Amino acid sequence: MTTTTTPTAASTVTDPTAVYSAPAGRRRSRTPIGRVLLYVALVALAVVYIYPFLINIATSFKTDAEATADPLSLIPQTWTAQAYETVFFNSAFPRWFANSALVTVVVTIGRVLFDSAAGYALARLTFPGRGVLFAGIIGVMAVPGVVLLIPKFLVLNQLGMYDGYSGLIIPLVADAAGVFIMKNFFESIPVAVEEAARIDGASTLRLFWSVVLPMARPALVTIFILSFQGSWNELSHFIVASQNPDLFTLTKGVASLASGQLGAGTQYPVRLAAAVVMTVPVAVLFVIFQRRITNSAAGAVKE
Amino acid sequence: MTSATVRTSGRRPRGGGIRRGQTAAGLLFTAPAVILLLVFLVVPILMALWVSVSDWGGRGSPFSGAVNFVGLKNYAAITSGGGLAESDFGTSLRNNFWYVLLVVPLQTALALLLASLVNTRILRGRGFFRTAFYFPSVTSSVAITVLWFFLFNPSGAVNALLGLIGIKGPNWPADADGVLHGLLGLVGLKTAPGFLASSGFLGITWWDWLAGPSVGMLIIISLAIFTTSGTFMLLFIAALQNLSQEVEEAAMVDGASAWQRFRLVTLPQLRPTLFTVLTLGLIGTWQVFDQVYTGSKGDPGKTTLTPAYLSYQAGFINQQWGQAAAIAFILFAIIVVLTVFQRWVLRERGVSKRRMRRGGFTPGDDGRYRAADRTLTAAAIAGGVADRRGSGGNL
Repeated sequence: MTTTTTPTAASTVTDPTAVYSAPAGRRRSRTPIGRVLLYVALVALAVVYIYPFLINIATSFKTDAEATADPLSLIPQTWTAQAYETVFFNSAFPRWFANSALVTVVVTIGRVLFDSAAGYALARLTFPGRGVLFAGIIGVMAVPGVVLLIPKFLVLNQLGMYDGYSGLIIPLVADAAGVFIMKNFFESIPVAVEEAARIDGASTLRLFWSVVLPMARPALVTIFILSFQGSWNELSHFIVASQNPDLFTLTKGVASLASGQLGAGTQYPVRLAAAVVMTVPVAVLFVIFQRRITNSAAGAVKE
Repeated sequence: MTSATVRTSGRRPRGGGIRRGQTAAGLLFTAPAVILLLVFLVVPILMALWVSVSDWGGRGSPFSGAVNFVGLKNYAAITSGGGLAESDFGTSLRNNFWYVLLVVPLQTALALLLASLVNTRILRGRGFFRTAFYFPSVTSSVAITVLWFFLFNPSGAVNALLGLIGIKGPNWPADADGVLHGLLGLVGLKTAPGFLASSGFLGITWWDWLAGPSVGMLIIISLAIFTTSGTFMLLFIAALQNLSQEVEEAAMVDGASAWQRFRLVTLPQLRPTLFTVLTLGLIGTWQVFDQVYTGSKGDPGKTTLTPAYLSYQAGFINQQWGQAAAIAFILFAIIVVLTVFQRWVLRERGVSKRRMRRGGFTPGDDGRYRAADRTLTAAAIAGGVADRRGSGGNL
């Protein structure tokens, strides 16, 4: 990776993410007008991508009437936290939030453990059936989620897991893509350390827990991010796994608000306040792991 | 590189007794993940396959004695019954077809544009722009659908914007008129020519197939483009950063303009990524569910009904479980065909990977993902992301 910039270029680069090796003089190949047009285009596009979220936040502080009377303004004429009061104190929202948190935490722990164990075994251990298992996991990865809506309900129903926390959580722990990512990662790190520990007589389980997992931190963080975001934002599985309102997660609950469980009126501010609150955890995750998310989503798990 | 040493240290023990006990460990380590995948992915598919050829009505176990094998009756009902089930299925395929036709090219083009702009060599605020464009991709499909339907409500932000330039916007979520029908109407073709109205496919006349996406569907189409372009932008950025600068510099020396360099030098080199993005888009767009469930429930006038949502509706609302499973399998077939097509075109990479290994490279000899693995992983993750955008599927 070229992380150097030539001195002349570096002197003008303030953005730490600019890691290109640009030959000096390249800058001059762009005309000033071209530069201006570039920034105009970028800023215009950024406005298009950001403004909807600003409207979202602003509207959640407006009154019902103002939400539709002045939909473009970012500053409410009469500030009100009424929508948030409704969300937090006069709806099942806190319950949904707790359910989402529970599901997300358990699913994420489960995926990190099981994905890394399976990925390690497939990458490093020799045992009969390994090739078949890996081929199966690749095959399963291709199964599209929506096709499983009806099938998953059938199995949960058959197993008596429908309408319970086990049905919400356990199926989501199954994660072929995560196993695939972990296997790839373990194949990418040198085997020498493990061999040394193995010669010293460490058991496979011990070796995995105290030698392999600590080395796998970058990939585990990737699994953590994907899993957190995936289960927090999951909707379709919860739809087919339960119907009891006590088991609603945020996604399912807010979707039910959207399809008019609020009674009279459109109540856009309430819906949008709910949307804001449910976005916060993912946004925080995004801010903390920003660079890694943008890297891992592009597939480059480095370090 | 250190490949030679890594290789010997990696291979020597294979013959020795050091790896005893690995069979037990291997099975133990893989068991949780494999059992979960079997029980919640493989078994469900087999069970749904049975339900799709049975008359199970939703009560009791589908394996009980009261449930009968009915052959392909459920499949026949949705593909040739002549009833509502058939026309609903045809309508959902039509809707999804227009959705795919608009979303895939537009999201790809927009992602490429964003990547090219963000990847400009000297750029202030690169991180900011990249974050801004990618953020919609990580937010929940439910939250963003709620927002989008607010923006598109008759007195919402979109119509307010249109009002600023003197256009009276439509009642987006309630307007079932086909966009293509509207355009044809502008050139005077207001009613169906006889030959298009008299025959059709899957219970829908050819004229209705040609309706185009409805105005209501445009809400979901724009939403999909908004949320997926950031993900695919990252794939394009990764690809752009891997391109050699020498070729471009040579073109620059030859006096090629920026546009010429992009079209004749950069774009041809991006072909593999372009292809990946297009097929991932094709696979993801056939799975629209969350947005329909949250936002439109198939309205207006069934014009946002998609096969995925129809399958849910047939089972959970109409208790037609056999038909619901049959719809799921037909959708599965469509997506499998697209996936196989993708794997088939991308298979060359697999070959070169094997060659690399034969040539003496052990996996990960430089402590990083190799290019082939990186691409595969990228495709896997982005596939999952696209999948989730489209469906809330399980990555």
